[in-house]
Amino acid sequence: MTDATIGRASVPTAQEILEPSPGAMLRRRIFGHAGIVIGGFVLLVIFLMALLAGVISPGDPYDQVLDRKLIPPVWFDSPKATWEHPFGTDALGRDYLTRLFYGARISLLIGFSAMLISGIIGTTLGVLAGYFGGRVDMVVNFILTTRLSLPVILVALAVVSLVGSSLTVVIWVLGLLIWDRFAVVMRSATQQVRNLEFVAAAQALGCSKTRIIMTEIMPNIVNHLTVVATLEMAHAILLEAALSFLGLGVQPPEPSWGLMVSEAKGLMFFDAWLITIPGAAIFALVLSINLLGDGIRDVTAPENRN
Amino acid sequence: MLQYMLKRLGVAVLVALTVSLITFSMIYLSGDPAIALAGESATEEDISNIRKFYGYDRPIIIQYLDWLWRALQGDFGQSHYLKSSVAGVIFERLPTTMLLGACAISFALILSIPLGVLAAIRPNSLIDRFALTIAVIGQAMPSFWFALTLMLWFGITWRLLPITGSSSWANFVMPAIALGYYVTPGVMRLTRAGMLEVLASDYIRTARAKGLRPMPVLFKHALRNAILPVVSLAAVQFGFMLGGSIVIETIFAINGLGFLAWESIQRADLPVMQAIVLVLSVFYIALTFLSDMLNAFLDPRIRVR
Amino acid sequence: MVERILEVERLSVDIQVPAGTLRAVQGINFHVDRGETLCIVGESGCGKSITALSLMNLLPSSATRTADKLELDGREIQNFDERQMADLRGDRLAMIFQEPMTSLNPAYTIGNQLEEAMLRHRNVSRSEARDRAVFLLEKVGITGARGRLKQYPHQLSGGLRQRVMIAMSLMCGPDLIIADEPTTALDVTIQAQILHLLADLQREFNMSLILITHDLGIVARVADRVAVMYAGEFVETGTADQVFNRPSHPYTQGLLNCIPIPGKTKRGAHLGAIPGIVPSLIGEMHGCHFASRCQFVQDDCLKGKIAFREATKGGHQYRCILSSAESARNLKKANAA
Repeated sequence: MTDATIGRASVPTAQEILEPSPGAMLRRRIFGHAGIVIGGFVLLVIFLMALLAGVISPGDPYDQVLDRKLIPPVWFDSPKATWEHPFGTDALGRDYLTRLFYGARISLLIGFSAMLISGIIGTTLGVLAGYFGGRVDMVVNFILTTRLSLPVILVALAVVSLVGSSLTVVIWVLGLLIWDRFAVVMRSATQQVRNLEFVAAAQALGCSKTRIIMTEIMPNIVNHLTVVATLEMAHAILLEAALSFLGLGVQPPEPSWGLMVSEAKGLMFFDAWLITIPGAAIFALVLSINLLGDGIRDVTAPENRN
Repeated sequence: MLQYMLKRLGVAVLVALTVSLITFSMIYLSGDPAIALAGESATEEDISNIRKFYGYDRPIIIQYLDWLWRALQGDFGQSHYLKSSVAGVIFERLPTTMLLGACAISFALILSIPLGVLAAIRPNSLIDRFALTIAVIGQAMPSFWFALTLMLWFGITWRLLPITGSSSWANFVMPAIALGYYVTPGVMRLTRAGMLEVLASDYIRTARAKGLRPMPVLFKHALRNAILPVVSLAAVQFGFMLGGSIVIETIFAINGLGFLAWESIQRADLPVMQAIVLVLSVFYIALTFLSDMLNAFLDPRIRVR
Repeated sequence: MVERILEVERLSVDIQVPAGTLRAVQGINFHVDRGETLCIVGESGCGKSITALSLMNLLPSSATRTADKLELDGREIQNFDERQMADLRGDRLAMIFQEPMTSLNPAYTIGNQLEEAMLRHRNVSRSEARDRAVFLLEKVGITGARGRLKQYPHQLSGGLRQRVMIAMSLMCGPDLIIADEPTTALDVTIQAQILHLLADLQREFNMSLILITHDLGIVARVADRVAVMYAGEFVETGTADQVFNRPSHPYTQGLLNCIPIPGKTKRGAHLGAIPGIVPSLIGEMHGCHFASRCQFVQDDCLKGKIAFREATKGGHQYRCILSSAESARNLKKANAA
């Protein structure tokens, strides 16, 4: 560099030199985001509960001890409360904390699997509609409108009751029903990306459509996909809880949180904690996933904030 | 405008037909409907009699067209359980659910639109954070649990409201809140986002540059534009809510369509289930069509071309 | 006796941004007399639009305005509250914006939006306001004005919309119109029409006009006086003749070198360019703001605040350490090249 250029703007300023790398900036944004930190932490705790349910549980989720039924949690001022059952026992004398731990497995499993199925359906439809537009878009839009006009809970209940209830059926029914948001978001995201110059460049280079979609479009809409995926997982968990609550989701004696609330319904006026605990568990899980999803959106695409 | 209306109407009718086909095919989900109806102890002869009686021996397409033709005339057949006409049962229960839905959506809009507007006027203020908290909590709260919790506090602990039934207006307060609360986050977020976008727009600056006071700027210039997408969302959510009323009606024992649906599912009363799904779907389609029309009417960019 | 409409002394605007304080406008002085056109010229991001918005007190909430003097019609308006400012806006003080496509509310007819400007400030009936709107629409060259009142913005072209915006600013017969790049978003052919229209109306109604632009061709045609703005500061001010015939600041010289002047620029001659980019306005700055791009830069340029010098008699000033003789020599050299 010659002396002549000194003082010109081409010389990097101190500020530019001190600017952290993009990776470090992203890390700082992630760990500086309260929603991500809190949501991530709660989700991690629930995930560990589910993973280690067999190890950390104080009892067995199915063991009924009828002379030890309806023991209140330890924080209740009751002579029956005991550290043997920190969260008490249900009407059949099963340890509530253990059932809560095992219930986390069911919620996470159903939420994740249903999200995966709906994600595949919705993303495929949305990307196709967004990329090809025209007639494809019209057909996808039609399918989407039809799907939206079907009442989700009602159809899910009816189908589960007709086909017969099991974990797999619940997962498939939910997965086949809740792909609408994936399709909507992926469609508009693809539309935005496909009009950008690098897609035109890839087309000009003669890349195949599959290749363009997989290597040019997908990487640029994956952050939207992550956000919808978290929201839909939360949605699926809420729906499973509602189905189980109505008696048409996961069947007894499985410890689904929604089912636990349902089983305690008759006793709620006497032992309200029986519905408070599993309800709060669903709330915490869904809240943590939503916080994480909102956080990912804030961090990856700050311009899309609300 | 007319062309736009006709096109929308055509799509709506087509969607309704598709929905009817899906609804119809529900009877074949559990295998042969005749076997299901006949029960476990039925003989081959019983089954074939039932098959003939209900017309299940005809080609499926004929069965569908026959069913559709009757449905169009308001005839959804006979309830297997109640031994009366399905249409009669449904239209007896429908007003209750509509009333509940209307109360719930009113509650949701009255809560969420002002909150959304206030949050947008003062972003990051206390009220914005409060609104955001309500939205985040609302989205994560299982509706049945919220309903039960309301029941526990207002019905049992404070004894302010009746717990179950649908005889007086007081019966509808808690169900309307429980049902409407779930809609609040979406409407509020959309109102807030719409207002934020509109308030940052050039024409709001123009309005201020004319010397207009804050209130006319807010209500005449901003809200009018921000409310358009909210109208659509409210219509869509109202449709969703009627579907979701099954949970709330079951909990509060409100004698509406949702409760009927739950009862019919328990009794495997297929014609009633089918009819409810179809009625709610068609209602949703009609609702979105009307909201499209309302939107077109409110938005001169669509109305005047 | 000239009537002074606007007098501004040491106007500064600071904007809080995540990276710090952006000093968008740094102590500028200017005034506008009745019937006069002041052009503020400069590159994008030099603070022109912020200056305009600060006069209207329409700055974003992250911005703060300070000034020693801000007098409109002889009244100090710095400490006016929002209510008092709203009374002035659209009445004594009107503004035309850069984006005619988005500056009108899509939900209301243009008649409604025009009338509103008058109904707000004058105790007139709707039909009187409508008559005024029709009168002004005709003045801005819109045919069939009465029928146009029922139209919505989306039914009008960009040029027509900008004419409507101009009519709107005239509804109450303001003393001062601030036009912020009113033609930038329009087709070149329409640009000239709109500009002539503005100049004609200004003469006809004897208003003052502050025209903000980056287009020196426009300035040459309509300006009475010119202020050249660079990185938040005025670097040269004077009458249009003075600034165009004897540009004294190296930046002004560079700017004028970038445009062909009919009859002056030789056929086939190279047009100039100013190398480098505008410096960041975040944080304190020392010395001359143009130093990083100036070809005559010296050590002294970076020390302290550079004062204004008189270029020629009669208010022609420039902010540089080079003497008027040196700058004249540079100009000659550049013209010869």
